Amino acid sequence: MATALPTDPAAPDPSDAPPRSTDTEALGRELDRIRAEVLARRGAEDARYIHTVVAVHRRLEVGGRLALAISLLPPAWLAGTAALTTAKILENLELGHNIMHGQWDWMRDPAIHSTTWEWDNPTPAYAWKHTHNHIHHTWTNVVGRDRDLGFTVLRMSEEQPWRPVHLLQPFYTALGAPFFEWLAALYDLEADAVLQRRKPLRAFLRDAVNTVCKGARQAAKDYLLFPLLAGPSAVPCLLGNLTANTARSLWAHTVIFCGHFPDGVRSFTEEETEHETRGQWYLRQALGSANIEGGTALHVLTGNLSHQIEHHLFPDLPSNRYAEIAPRVRDVLTAHGIPYTTGPLLQQYASTWARICRMALPNLHRAAPGRPRGEDPA
Amino acid sequence: MALHRIVWSEGVVRLVLTAVDRLTTPLLADDYLALADPLLSRRWPAGRVTQVRAETADATTLVIRPGRGWRPARMAGQYVPVGVRIDGVLHWRTYSLTTPPGRPGEPFSITVRALPDGRVSQHLAHRVRPGEVLRLGPAQGEFHLPDPPPGRLLLLTAGIGITPVMAMLRALAAGGRLAAGTDVLLVHSAPDPARTVFGPELRAMDQRLPWFRLYEHHTRAGARPAGHLTLARLPAVCPDWRERATFVCGPAALLESARRRWAVEGLAGRLHFERFCPLPPAPSLGGTGPQTARVSFAASGVETAAGTGTPLLEAGEAAGVAMPSGCRMGICFGCVSPLLHGRVRDLRTGEVRGEPGDLIQTCVSAACGPVTLDL
Repeated sequence: MATALPTDPAAPDPSDAPPRSTDTEALGRELDRIRAEVLARRGAEDARYIHTVVAVHRRLEVGGRLALAISLLPPAWLAGTAALTTAKILENLELGHNIMHGQWDWMRDPAIHSTTWEWDNPTPAYAWKHTHNHIHHTWTNVVGRDRDLGFTVLRMSEEQPWRPVHLLQPFYTALGAPFFEWLAALYDLEADAVLQRRKPLRAFLRDAVNTVCKGARQAAKDYLLFPLLAGPSAVPCLLGNLTANTARSLWAHTVIFCGHFPDGVRSFTEEETEHETRGQWYLRQALGSANIEGGTALHVLTGNLSHQIEHHLFPDLPSNRYAEIAPRVRDVLTAHGIPYTTGPLLQQYASTWARICRMALPNLHRAAPGRPRGEDPA
Repeated sequence: MALHRIVWSEGVVRLVLTAVDRLTTPLLADDYLALADPLLSRRWPAGRVTQVRAETADATTLVIRPGRGWRPARMAGQYVPVGVRIDGVLHWRTYSLTTPPGRPGEPFSITVRALPDGRVSQHLAHRVRPGEVLRLGPAQGEFHLPDPPPGRLLLLTAGIGITPVMAMLRALAAGGRLAAGTDVLLVHSAPDPARTVFGPELRAMDQRLPWFRLYEHHTRAGARPAGHLTLARLPAVCPDWRERATFVCGPAALLESARRRWAVEGLAGRLHFERFCPLPPAPSLGGTGPQTARVSFAASGVETAAGTGTPLLEAGEAAGVAMPSGCRMGICFGCVSPLLHGRVRDLRTGEVRGEPGDLIQTCVSAACGPVTLDL
């Protein structure tokens, strides 16, 4: 794999730089050491953290639901909707995403375990674990392999072939963001894989039935049962639930897009990842991810995906440790001349949108000669 | 009448909660109830320690009040899986109930002897305080008194192996109507009188109950310590041992010799025994160990030999087992499978672990000695 860095001054044309295998091996060892140190210290304090988040989520949800039951009163509506939105965000990001990554499997608690966890999201846990944990985290930002690189409908890298429909991608990205959780459920069905004969039709139909059933249960809860129970407050309760789900979708969409699409994040070709060593895999994860700067509240509400770089290097370390290791990871990467893409939320978000718009247009100039081109995913 | 009311009200509670589950999906109403008190959860049964009683210097009785979800023992002699959190990690061990079967919700007790290097037993015997919540599995086990109890019984125990037998004795003593001619002999081996778990209670029972006799064997007491209890003494202590239904519980050597002796006499059907399975010792990581290990896949019935540096995933696939898999590099947790027996080494860190029931990542774990997976 060509592991040269686009910003490396010693290699003006990154594509032609020789592999820096010695560097990546040292990088691998240094990052492995950080990982080992966290594993050695992982214990009661971490367990207390996740149990606290679980308890906070459930209390917020109960409180929010109760307030929405009397949401004819405007203050109750506001408080209930805010509590429910926060609960749903915590549940999807800090709990669902991270628990299903196996970050808490070490506690050996079947109640908080990647194999038993199910989340408040139309996509069933097993479907998401396959597309996210397996495909996205293994093939991060590899054109043609990482379906998350544009979620099969957006063009997010110059290496991806341009098609006229991409002209519209700023519009359908904006239109889709409020329904992100439903679109993500469709995406996890992998209809594209059926067309490419990577997934049997029978499996697709089974998954589709599961997703429809789960989606119906989730929707019935928020849009039928709770409003009915709210009696005279039925309509405001329904609107509160709709607001909470929509706000969560918008937030998840923002966090996820800021993780891999801001300026400075690289994509890779399949040829580049051939015979990839552990160190080279680390390098690709670091170059393919971007962080969001902010305070503790922001980190918790993003499920610590604001530490996307640390998460992609160590997807199975407990999320509460990412903030702690971030400065050291940054030092290691910087010492190796590897860029560490980070910035405040607004900057990263604007940068993501700039890329969505830029990639809507065909490439203005051809890629450097000799640079391997991405495979057409179709 | 009162019992009917309890059953009825539990039934109503369950019905209501099932309806409420529609509102809490994908979680259960239980998960929210557990916020108020973990004992209210049926999904993850738990119990609260209400009393801690030292039996000997290293054995402690814990009285536990179980929560809603716990399935009590049906027969005396059964055991309960107990989950205790140490440094954030939930460790599961099984302990015999030392109380007779009770009604749902009724407190029960277990008696734990601290093993010299037992992390969990040390914690339970010495550090647990009243109020601590332990997770519980359903009471289970085949080592129990038949119903009705046989008239003539021989109970053969050593050390902490007394625990399931204590439940049997307490059940018999509390039962009231025993068949005429009931005769129970307990042959129990312990280091000395002071280190005999339940010693005072057993001696008092011996005095009080006409149908019960206690024979104590002390391995380290007196000027000339007697050493381990061997079956050679049995005919002298219990001449009619062949005619008795016999329950044995103690160290592996005692069980093994009893099993052989009863088999030789053609009496295997009369012998009931419970094996206490301490974890296999962690193999040394020095270069002297064997380079391959036996790997068994219980559900598929496949057995193969695998290098101690080969991921179990590859070993299983090579042997034709349908292995769940994903990234094959330890990040996606798509391959986690339950370990039934043995220890595994994490190929990334060298860390050795393995307790029955552990879910292990087969793509980055190699066998460390014989291993059985539930696949």
